[in-house]
Amino acid sequence: MARTDVQLMLDVKAGDEVSFGLLLAKYRSPLINFLYRMVRDAATAEDLAQEVFLRVYRARRQYSPSAKFTTWLFRIATNLALNSVRDNRYKRMELSLDAPAEVDEAPREVPAREKRIDEYMLERDRSEVIRRAIGALPEKQRAAVLLHKYEEMDYSEIAKILECSESALKSLLFRAYETLRVQLAPLVAQPLAPRAGGGRAR
Amino acid sequence: MKCEDVSKELIAYLDRRANSAERQEVEEHLTACGACRTRAEEFRRLWTVLDEMPATEPSFGFDARLRQRVAAEPRRSWFTWLVPQPRLAFSLALLLAMSVWIANKPPVPRPVQVAGPNGLSEDEQFQMIQELDVLENFDVLSKSDALAELPLPAAAHPQGNAPQDDGGA
Repeated sequence: MARTDVQLMLDVKAGDEVSFGLLLAKYRSPLINFLYRMVRDAATAEDLAQEVFLRVYRARRQYSPSAKFTTWLFRIATNLALNSVRDNRYKRMELSLDAPAEVDEAPREVPAREKRIDEYMLERDRSEVIRRAIGALPEKQRAAVLLHKYEEMDYSEIAKILECSESALKSLLFRAYETLRVQLAPLVAQPLAPRAGGGRAR
Repeated sequence: MKCEDVSKELIAYLDRRANSAERQEVEEHLTACGACRTRAEEFRRLWTVLDEMPATEPSFGFDARLRQRVAAEPRRSWFTWLVPQPRLAFSLALLLAMSVWIANKPPVPRPVQVAGPNGLSEDEQFQMIQELDVLENFDVLSKSDALAELPLPAAAHPQGNAPQDDGGA
């Protein structure tokens, strides 16, 4: 009979390195995918995933099974991802403010806010459009959608990870999906055949 | 139920996680409201669209890199037991503080000596115990009349040998 995550973690606490390897094998891919969709950079996502597992390993002696293992794991991951996103945004702001103003420089082309997503579809494939739309969501909404749609977690678990009430989470999810529905309207109008194992079955 | 109220429960309804009462309310509203019905249908199709996003795979060296970092973590050795742990340090500090407090506490005045049932104080009883030898022979000693054994002054000094009274007469 397969050991549960909590049993594995208790074994890690007792000094069993093999159990840590089993947890790593089980959650490596979901965690990297979650982080990649959060931070939108593969190298950063892997660095953050390493940090998450390292923090789990460091905290093994203090571990007590008071919550689900995945709640703990994704809470660490979400906090790290949110910090990373905020740090990057701050760095980008610093960069743009510190950049010398060049008189002869041609004005940068900034996409108009009202530019619809279907205009980008000529140069990007559908998955990139989806990734971009999810990445454009506010961080907390993005995390909520990723945990709900791709990690298939319950509302109570997501609410614990995001440190909000279930009622607030429902509002958060509705706003996020509503934004995506509008942003991805051209794709929603022409959905492809669903892939096997692509997320929560509905 | 209004459209704004439905919006909060719509995801849970589509996700089949709404309870029966909520589910019924949403269904009644969707039957009556075409706009919300269209939105609900688009949400369903949106979730199918979101499934198109491919999953990414970890790089080849991910596990090896992590194991290397885990191996580099400091191990607990016998020396670490000497490093005071927070709880142990707190307990020791508390013990030390109590010791100092007890040591500096002013001496408690001796309780007033209460007379025993025989009317003697503790000191008197202690003294009595020390003199048990005397008490054991109390009967003998009480019966012997030491003064009676002393020679009477008259017997010790007969008339002739009476000390001369040079009373100056």
